[in-house]
Amino acid sequence: MDNEQQSYDLIIIGAGPAGLAAAIYTSRASLSTLVIDESMAGGQVKTTHQVANYPGFVDPIAGHELARNMRDQAARFGTRFELAAEISAIQLDKPEKTVTIDSTQYSTRNIILATGSSPRLLNVPGEIEYKGSGVSFCATCDGEFYKDKDVTVIGGGNSAMEESLLLLQMVKSLTVIHQFDELQAEKITANKVLNNPKTKILWSHEPREFIKSGEKMVTKAENLKTKEIVTLESDGIFIFAGMVPNTTLFKNSSLNLSEQGYILANENMETNLSGVYAAGDVRVKKYRQITTAISDGTIAALSIIQKR
Amino acid sequence: MLQTKLTTLQSKEELTNLIAAEEKVAVCCGRMGPMCIPVYGIFEVYEEKYPEIKFRNMDFDTPDADIIKQLPECRGFNGLPFTVYYRNGKVVKATTSIQSAKQIKDIIDEVFA
Repeated sequence: MDNEQQSYDLIIIGAGPAGLAAAIYTSRASLSTLVIDESMAGGQVKTTHQVANYPGFVDPIAGHELARNMRDQAARFGTRFELAAEISAIQLDKPEKTVTIDSTQYSTRNIILATGSSPRLLNVPGEIEYKGSGVSFCATCDGEFYKDKDVTVIGGGNSAMEESLLLLQMVKSLTVIHQFDELQAEKITANKVLNNPKTKILWSHEPREFIKSGEKMVTKAENLKTKEIVTLESDGIFIFAGMVPNTTLFKNSSLNLSEQGYILANENMETNLSGVYAAGDVRVKKYRQITTAISDGTIAALSIIQKR
Repeated sequence: MLQTKLTTLQSKEELTNLIAAEEKVAVCCGRMGPMCIPVYGIFEVYEEKYPEIKFRNMDFDTPDADIIKQLPECRGFNGLPFTVYYRNGKVVKATTSIQSAKQIKDIIDEVFA
Protein backbone atom coordinates (compact mmCIF):
# COMPACT_ATOMS: atom_id res chain seq x y z
CA MET A 1 0.00 0.00 0.00
CA ASP A 2 1.28 3.52 -0.84
CA ASN A 3 2.08 5.80 2.06
CA GLU A 4 -0.38 8.65 2.40
CA GLN A 5 0.29 12.09 3.88
CA GLN A 6 -2.33 14.36 5.40
CA SER A 7 -1.84 17.78 6.96
CA TYR A 8 -3.99 19.46 9.62
CA ASP A 9 -3.91 22.79 11.46
CA LEU A 10 -4.23 20.81 14.68
CA ILE A 11 -3.99 17.21 15.76
CA ILE A 12 -5.41 16.14 19.11
CA ILE A 13 -4.30 12.86 20.63
CA GLY A 14 -7.08 11.62 22.90
CA ALA A 15 -10.84 11.87 22.47
CA GLY A 16 -11.84 12.43 26.08
CA PRO A 17 -13.51 15.61 27.33
CA ALA A 18 -10.28 17.67 27.09
CA GLY A 19 -9.61 16.64 23.51
CA LEU A 20 -13.22 16.98 22.41
CA ALA A 21 -13.64 20.41 24.03
CA ALA A 22 -10.52 21.60 22.22
CA ALA A 23 -11.82 20.12 18.95
CA ILE A 24 -15.15 21.93 19.29
CA TYR A 25 -13.38 25.28 19.71
CA THR A 26 -10.79 24.85 16.96
CA SER A 27 -13.21 23.38 14.44
CA ARG A 28 -15.61 26.26 15.04
CA ALA A 29 -12.67 28.60 14.44
CA SER A 30 -12.15 26.90 11.05
CA LEU A 31 -8.93 25.14 11.98
CA SER A 32 -8.77 21.77 10.30
CA THR A 33 -8.75 19.42 13.29
CA LEU A 34 -8.04 15.72 13.56
CA VAL A 35 -8.76 13.79 16.77
CA ILE A 36 -7.00 10.46 17.21
CA ASP A 37 -7.78 7.89 19.89
CA GLU A 38 -6.79 4.29 20.38
CA SER A 39 -10.31 3.50 21.55
CA MET A 40 -13.68 5.12 20.98
CA ALA A 41 -14.44 8.75 21.87
CA GLY A 42 -15.22 9.74 25.44
CA GLY A 43 -12.23 8.86 27.58
CA GLN A 44 -13.14 7.82 31.10
CA VAL A 45 -16.48 9.62 30.86
CA LYS A 46 -17.88 7.02 28.47
CA THR A 47 -17.57 4.36 31.16
CA THR A 48 -18.99 6.48 33.97
CA HIS A 49 -22.41 5.19 34.92
CA GLN A 50 -24.05 8.55 35.66
CA VAL A 51 -22.61 12.06 35.58
CA ALA A 52 -24.45 14.27 38.05
CA ASN A 53 -22.07 17.22 38.49
CA TYR A 54 -21.64 18.41 34.92
CA PRO A 55 -23.37 21.79 34.58
CA GLY A 56 -26.32 22.07 32.24
CA PHE A 57 -27.98 18.75 33.01
CA VAL A 58 -30.66 18.95 35.68
CA ASP A 59 -30.90 15.17 35.85
CA PRO A 60 -27.83 12.93 35.80
CA ILE A 61 -26.74 11.93 32.31
CA ALA A 62 -25.22 8.56 31.39
CA GLY A 63 -21.49 8.94 30.78
CA HIS A 64 -21.63 7.23 27.40
CA GLU A 65 -24.40 9.59 26.31
CA LEU A 66 -22.46 12.69 27.39
CA ALA A 67 -19.38 11.36 25.57
CA ARG A 68 -21.38 10.68 22.41
CA ASN A 69 -22.89 14.17 22.54
CA MET A 70 -19.43 15.74 22.83
CA ARG A 71 -18.13 13.73 19.89
CA ASP A 72 -21.16 14.49 17.73
CA GLN A 73 -20.88 18.17 18.61
CA ALA A 74 -17.24 18.25 17.48
CA ALA A 75 -18.07 16.29 14.33
CA ARG A 76 -20.86 18.75 13.51
CA PHE A 77 -18.30 21.56 13.39
CA GLY A 78 -16.08 19.55 11.06
CA THR A 79 -13.69 17.68 13.36
CA ARG A 80 -12.30 14.54 11.72
CA PHE A 81 -11.80 11.41 13.80
CA GLU A 82 -9.43 8.47 13.64
CA LEU A 83 -10.79 6.17 16.36
CA ALA A 84 -9.67 2.68 17.40
CA ALA A 85 -6.39 3.76 15.84
CA GLU A 86 -2.99 2.32 16.59
CA ILE A 87 -0.29 5.00 16.50
CA SER A 88 2.91 3.41 15.28
CA ALA A 89 5.09 6.55 15.46
CA ILE A 90 4.89 10.08 16.80
CA GLN A 91 7.37 12.92 16.45
CA LEU A 92 6.92 16.00 18.66
CA ASP A 93 10.33 17.68 18.80
CA LYS A 94 10.44 19.30 15.36
CA PRO A 95 8.27 22.28 14.32
CA GLU A 96 6.35 19.96 11.97
CA LYS A 97 4.91 17.23 14.21
CA THR A 98 3.92 13.88 12.73
CA VAL A 99 1.69 11.02 13.79
CA THR A 100 1.71 7.74 11.88
CA ILE A 101 -1.24 5.34 11.78
CA ASP A 102 -0.98 2.30 9.53
CA SER A 103 0.37 3.66 6.23
CA THR A 104 -0.81 7.24 6.78
CA GLN A 105 1.36 10.01 8.16
CA TYR A 106 -0.52 12.98 9.63
CA SER A 107 1.37 16.24 10.08
CA THR A 108 0.67 19.48 11.93
CA ARG A 109 2.40 22.43 13.58
CA ASN A 110 0.13 22.25 16.65
CA ILE A 111 -0.68 19.20 18.69
CA ILE A 112 -2.65 18.74 21.90
CA LEU A 113 -1.83 15.74 24.04
CA ALA A 114 -5.00 14.73 25.88
CA THR A 115 -4.39 11.04 26.41
CA GLY A 116 -5.74 10.95 29.95
CA SER A 117 -4.90 8.27 32.47
CA SER A 118 -5.64 4.57 32.84
CA PRO A 119 -6.03 2.11 35.70
CA ARG A 120 -2.66 1.09 37.05
CA LEU A 121 -1.66 -2.51 36.46
CA LEU A 122 0.24 -4.38 39.15
CA ASN A 123 2.41 -6.09 36.53
CA VAL A 124 2.44 -9.37 38.39
CA PRO A 125 2.06 -12.83 36.83
CA GLY A 126 -1.57 -13.88 36.38
CA GLU A 127 -3.03 -10.38 36.35
CA ILE A 128 -3.64 -10.23 32.61
CA GLU A 129 -3.78 -13.98 31.98
CA TYR A 130 -6.83 -14.42 34.22
CA LYS A 131 -8.61 -11.18 33.38
CA GLY A 132 -12.29 -12.07 33.20
CA SER A 133 -11.79 -15.58 34.51
CA GLY A 134 -10.83 -14.85 38.10
CA VAL A 135 -9.34 -11.36 37.92
CA SER A 136 -11.60 -8.35 37.50
CA PHE A 137 -11.25 -4.57 37.41
CA CYS A 138 -14.93 -3.68 37.82
CA ALA A 139 -17.24 -4.63 40.69
CA THR A 140 -20.30 -3.17 38.98
CA CYS A 141 -19.68 -5.33 35.93
CA ASP A 142 -18.53 -8.61 37.44
CA GLY A 143 -19.60 -8.58 41.10
CA GLU A 144 -22.63 -10.76 40.50
CA PHE A 145 -20.42 -13.63 39.32
CA TYR A 146 -19.16 -13.78 42.90
CA LYS A 147 -22.47 -13.79 44.77
CA ASP A 148 -22.02 -15.57 48.14
CA LYS A 149 -18.38 -16.23 47.33
CA ASP A 150 -15.05 -15.10 48.76
CA VAL A 151 -13.23 -12.30 47.00
CA THR A 152 -9.95 -10.47 47.37
CA VAL A 153 -9.64 -6.74 46.71
CA ILE A 154 -6.29 -5.17 45.90
CA GLY A 155 -5.98 -1.50 46.82
CA GLY A 156 -6.95 0.96 49.52
CA GLY A 157 -7.87 4.15 47.65
CA ASN A 158 -11.28 5.63 46.96
CA SER A 159 -12.02 3.39 43.98
CA ALA A 160 -11.04 0.26 45.88
CA MET A 161 -13.26 1.13 48.84
CA GLU A 162 -16.25 2.28 46.77
CA GLU A 163 -16.10 -0.91 44.71
CA SER A 164 -15.65 -2.94 47.92
CA LEU A 165 -18.85 -1.47 49.33
CA LEU A 166 -20.66 -2.67 46.25
CA LEU A 167 -19.10 -6.12 46.48
CA LEU A 168 -19.98 -6.43 50.17
CA GLN A 169 -23.65 -6.40 49.19
CA MET A 170 -23.11 -9.63 47.26
CA VAL A 171 -20.15 -11.62 48.49
CA LYS A 172 -19.67 -13.96 51.46
CA SER A 173 -16.34 -12.44 52.45
CA LEU A 174 -13.98 -9.77 51.21
CA THR A 175 -10.28 -9.55 51.98
CA VAL A 176 -8.50 -6.30 51.23
CA ILE A 177 -4.80 -6.45 50.47
CA HIS A 178 -3.19 -3.06 50.95
CA GLN A 179 0.42 -1.96 50.82
CA PHE A 180 0.18 0.53 53.68
CA ASP A 181 -0.90 0.43 57.34
CA GLU A 182 -3.96 2.54 56.68
CA LEU A 183 -6.37 3.05 53.84
CA GLN A 184 -5.94 6.07 51.57
CA ALA A 185 -9.65 6.32 50.82
CA GLU A 186 -11.91 8.94 52.38
CA LYS A 187 -12.54 7.94 55.99
CA ILE A 188 -16.33 7.70 55.67
CA THR A 189 -16.11 5.14 52.86
CA ALA A 190 -13.12 3.32 54.34
CA ASN A 191 -14.85 2.92 57.70
CA LYS A 192 -17.95 1.45 56.10
CA VAL A 193 -15.76 -1.24 54.55
CA LEU A 194 -13.64 -1.82 57.66
CA ASN A 195 -16.67 -2.05 59.93
CA ASN A 196 -18.44 -4.62 57.78
CA PRO A 197 -18.21 -8.06 59.46
CA LYS A 198 -17.50 -9.68 56.09
CA THR A 199 -14.28 -7.67 55.68
CA LYS A 200 -10.80 -8.89 56.49
CA ILE A 201 -7.67 -6.92 55.75
CA LEU A 202 -4.02 -7.69 55.10
CA TRP A 203 -2.05 -4.53 55.91
CA SER A 204 1.37 -3.88 54.42
CA HIS A 205 1.12 -6.61 51.85
CA GLU A 206 1.59 -6.52 48.10
CA PRO A 207 0.51 -9.17 45.61
CA ARG A 208 3.34 -10.95 43.84
CA GLU A 209 1.44 -13.53 41.79
CA PHE A 210 -2.06 -14.75 40.95
CA ILE A 211 -2.54 -18.44 40.23
CA LYS A 212 -5.61 -20.35 39.07
CA SER A 213 -6.22 -23.50 41.07
CA GLY A 214 -9.29 -25.31 39.77
CA GLU A 215 -12.19 -22.88 40.21
CA LYS A 216 -10.29 -20.87 42.83
CA MET A 217 -7.80 -18.03 42.56
CA VAL A 218 -4.69 -18.05 44.70
CA THR A 219 -2.96 -14.79 45.62
CA LYS A 220 0.63 -14.87 46.74
CA ALA A 221 1.29 -11.68 48.69
CA GLU A 222 4.45 -10.40 50.33
CA ASN A 223 4.43 -8.91 53.79
CA LEU A 224 6.40 -5.73 53.14
CA LYS A 225 7.74 -5.64 56.69
CA THR A 226 8.79 -9.27 57.21
CA LYS A 227 9.22 -10.23 53.51
CA GLU A 228 7.20 -13.37 54.28
CA ILE A 229 5.01 -14.64 51.41
CA VAL A 230 1.46 -15.54 52.39
CA THR A 231 -0.99 -17.49 50.25
CA LEU A 232 -4.63 -16.51 50.10
CA GLU A 233 -7.33 -18.49 48.30
CA SER A 234 -10.55 -16.89 47.06
CA ASP A 235 -13.04 -17.16 44.22
CA GLY A 236 -12.09 -13.90 42.55
CA ILE A 237 -9.68 -10.98 42.69
CA PHE A 238 -10.64 -7.36 42.10
CA ILE A 239 -7.82 -4.93 41.37
CA PHE A 240 -8.12 -1.18 41.97
CA ALA A 241 -4.58 0.14 42.17
CA GLY A 242 -4.99 3.76 41.15
CA MET A 243 -4.32 5.51 37.87
CA VAL A 244 -1.28 6.19 35.69
CA PRO A 245 -0.87 8.85 32.97
CA ASN A 246 -0.96 7.62 29.40
CA THR A 247 2.40 9.00 28.32
CA THR A 248 4.18 5.89 27.04
CA LEU A 249 3.60 7.13 23.50
CA PHE A 250 5.79 10.18 24.16
CA LYS A 251 8.70 8.46 25.86
CA ASN A 252 11.05 9.08 22.92
CA SER A 253 10.34 12.82 22.85
CA SER A 254 11.94 15.63 24.87
CA LEU A 255 8.66 16.36 26.61
CA ASN A 256 9.06 17.39 30.26
CA LEU A 257 7.26 15.01 32.60
CA SER A 258 6.83 14.96 36.36
CA GLU A 259 8.32 12.19 38.49
CA GLN A 260 4.97 10.42 38.29
CA GLY A 261 4.98 10.68 34.50
CA TYR A 262 2.41 13.47 34.08
CA ILE A 263 3.07 16.18 31.46
CA LEU A 264 4.21 19.57 32.73
CA ALA A 265 2.34 22.48 31.12
CA ASN A 266 1.93 26.18 31.88
CA GLU A 267 -1.35 28.05 32.38
CA ASN A 268 -1.82 28.23 28.58
CA MET A 269 -1.38 24.44 28.47
CA GLU A 270 1.92 24.86 26.61
CA THR A 271 4.57 22.23 27.25
CA ASN A 272 8.32 22.74 26.95
CA LEU A 273 8.08 21.81 23.24
CA SER A 274 6.96 24.53 20.86
CA GLY A 275 3.54 23.78 19.37
CA VAL A 276 2.88 20.93 21.82
CA TYR A 277 0.09 21.40 24.36
CA ALA A 278 -1.22 19.15 27.12
CA ALA A 279 -4.77 19.05 28.45
CA GLY A 280 -6.84 16.99 30.85
CA ASP A 281 -5.86 14.21 33.23
CA VAL A 282 -2.52 13.59 31.52
CA ARG A 283 -1.01 16.86 32.77
CA VAL A 284 0.20 17.76 36.23
CA LYS A 285 -2.75 19.26 38.09
CA LYS A 286 -4.52 19.04 41.42
CA TYR A 287 -8.08 18.25 40.39
CA ARG A 288 -9.01 15.74 37.70
CA GLN A 289 -12.65 16.23 36.81
CA ILE A 290 -14.64 16.39 33.56
CA THR A 291 -15.06 20.12 34.10
CA THR A 292 -11.35 20.75 34.63
CA ALA A 293 -10.51 18.65 31.55
CA ILE A 294 -12.97 20.73 29.51
CA SER A 295 -11.29 23.86 30.88
CA ASP A 296 -7.82 22.60 29.88
CA GLY A 297 -9.02 21.70 26.40
CA THR A 298 -10.64 25.10 25.95
CA ILE A 299 -7.51 26.97 27.07
CA ALA A 300 -5.25 24.90 24.80
CA ALA A 301 -7.58 25.50 21.85
CA LEU A 302 -7.80 29.24 22.45
CA SER A 303 -4.02 29.48 22.83
CA ILE A 304 -3.65 27.87 19.42
CA ILE A 305 -6.42 29.92 17.80
CA GLN A 306 -4.87 33.17 19.04
CA LYS A 307 -1.52 32.30 17.46
CA ARG A 308 -3.01 32.46 13.96
CA MET B 1 -31.54 -1.86 26.56
CA LEU B 2 -28.18 -1.46 24.87
CA GLN B 3 -27.75 2.13 23.72
CA THR B 4 -25.25 1.72 20.91
CA LYS B 5 -25.22 2.21 17.16
CA LEU B 6 -24.76 -1.53 16.66
CA THR B 7 -27.63 -3.79 15.68
CA THR B 8 -28.79 -5.65 18.78
CA LEU B 9 -29.67 -9.32 18.50
CA GLN B 10 -33.05 -9.80 20.15
CA SER B 11 -33.32 -13.59 20.14
CA LYS B 12 -31.50 -16.89 19.80
CA GLU B 13 -33.13 -17.34 16.42
CA GLU B 14 -31.70 -14.07 15.15
CA LEU B 15 -28.21 -15.18 16.09
CA THR B 16 -28.70 -18.67 14.67
CA ASN B 17 -29.99 -17.25 11.38
CA LEU B 18 -27.19 -14.68 11.22
CA ILE B 19 -24.35 -17.16 11.66
CA ALA B 20 -26.02 -19.49 9.15
CA ALA B 21 -26.26 -16.72 6.55
CA GLU B 22 -23.00 -14.83 7.15
CA GLU B 23 -19.45 -16.14 7.07
CA LYS B 24 -17.96 -13.73 9.61
CA VAL B 25 -19.88 -12.63 12.70
CA ALA B 26 -18.74 -10.99 15.95
CA VAL B 27 -21.14 -10.67 18.89
CA CYS B 28 -20.48 -8.65 22.05
CA CYS B 29 -22.82 -9.81 24.82
CA GLY B 30 -22.91 -7.40 27.75
CA ARG B 31 -24.55 -4.51 29.54
CA MET B 32 -24.08 -0.73 29.42
CA GLY B 33 -21.16 -1.06 31.84
CA PRO B 34 -17.59 0.25 31.94
CA MET B 35 -16.04 -2.92 30.57
CA CYS B 36 -18.61 -3.35 27.78
CA ILE B 37 -19.03 0.19 26.40
CA PRO B 38 -15.50 0.45 24.97
CA VAL B 39 -15.95 -2.86 23.12
CA TYR B 40 -19.26 -1.69 21.59
CA GLY B 41 -17.50 1.55 20.55
CA ILE B 42 -14.65 -0.31 18.89
CA PHE B 43 -17.17 -2.58 17.14
CA GLU B 44 -18.94 0.56 15.83
CA VAL B 45 -15.68 1.83 14.35
CA TYR B 46 -14.75 -1.57 12.94
CA GLU B 47 -18.21 -2.03 11.42
CA GLU B 48 -17.18 0.62 8.87
CA LYS B 49 -13.61 -0.62 8.53
CA TYR B 50 -14.52 -4.30 8.04
CA PRO B 51 -17.82 -4.35 6.10
CA GLU B 52 -17.49 -8.11 5.48
CA ILE B 53 -17.84 -8.79 9.21
CA LYS B 54 -21.25 -8.52 10.86
CA PHE B 55 -20.76 -6.85 14.24
CA ARG B 56 -23.66 -7.23 16.66
CA ASN B 57 -24.37 -6.89 20.36
CA MET B 58 -26.74 -8.73 22.68
CA ASP B 59 -28.16 -7.84 26.09
CA PHE B 60 -26.53 -10.10 28.69
CA ASP B 61 -29.72 -10.09 30.78
CA THR B 62 -32.09 -11.30 28.11
CA PRO B 63 -32.92 -15.01 28.58
CA ASP B 64 -31.95 -15.65 24.97
CA ALA B 65 -28.38 -14.62 25.81
CA ASP B 66 -28.01 -18.15 27.15
CA ILE B 67 -27.01 -19.04 23.60
CA ILE B 68 -23.78 -17.14 24.31
CA LYS B 69 -23.42 -17.72 28.06
CA GLN B 70 -23.73 -21.50 27.76
CA LEU B 71 -21.20 -21.94 25.02
CA PRO B 72 -18.41 -24.31 26.06
CA GLU B 73 -15.99 -21.61 24.91
CA CYS B 74 -17.43 -19.25 27.55
CA ARG B 75 -17.11 -21.70 30.41
CA GLY B 76 -15.25 -20.11 33.31
CA PHE B 77 -15.87 -16.59 32.05
CA ASN B 78 -16.44 -14.23 34.98
CA GLY B 79 -16.05 -10.87 33.30
CA LEU B 80 -18.34 -8.85 31.06
CA PRO B 81 -18.64 -8.63 28.14
CA PHE B 82 -18.54 -12.10 26.60
CA THR B 83 -17.41 -11.56 23.00
CA VAL B 84 -17.77 -14.39 20.53
CA TYR B 85 -16.46 -14.63 16.98
CA TYR B 86 -18.16 -17.04 14.54
CA ARG B 87 -16.90 -18.18 11.16
CA ASN B 88 -19.11 -20.31 8.92
CA GLY B 89 -21.46 -20.88 11.84
CA LYS B 90 -18.80 -22.11 14.26
CA VAL B 91 -17.22 -20.38 17.24
CA VAL B 92 -13.62 -19.57 16.37
CA LYS B 93 -12.77 -17.33 19.33
CA ALA B 94 -14.34 -16.12 22.56
CA THR B 95 -13.05 -13.51 24.98
CA THR B 96 -14.11 -12.31 28.42
CA SER B 97 -13.91 -8.78 29.86
CA ILE B 98 -12.77 -5.60 28.14
CA GLN B 99 -10.53 -5.81 25.08
CA SER B 100 -8.58 -2.99 23.46
CA ALA B 101 -8.93 -2.03 19.80
CA LYS B 102 -5.56 -3.65 19.14
CA GLN B 103 -6.61 -6.90 20.81
CA ILE B 104 -9.82 -6.99 18.77
CA LYS B 105 -7.94 -6.18 15.56
CA ASP B 106 -5.46 -8.97 16.30
CA ILE B 107 -8.34 -11.43 16.78
CA ILE B 108 -9.96 -10.29 13.53
CA ASP B 109 -6.65 -10.74 11.72
CA GLU B 110 -6.26 -14.16 13.31
CA VAL B 111 -9.70 -15.69 12.83
CA PHE B 112 -11.19 -13.81 9.88
CA ALA B 113 -8.13 -13.48 7.62
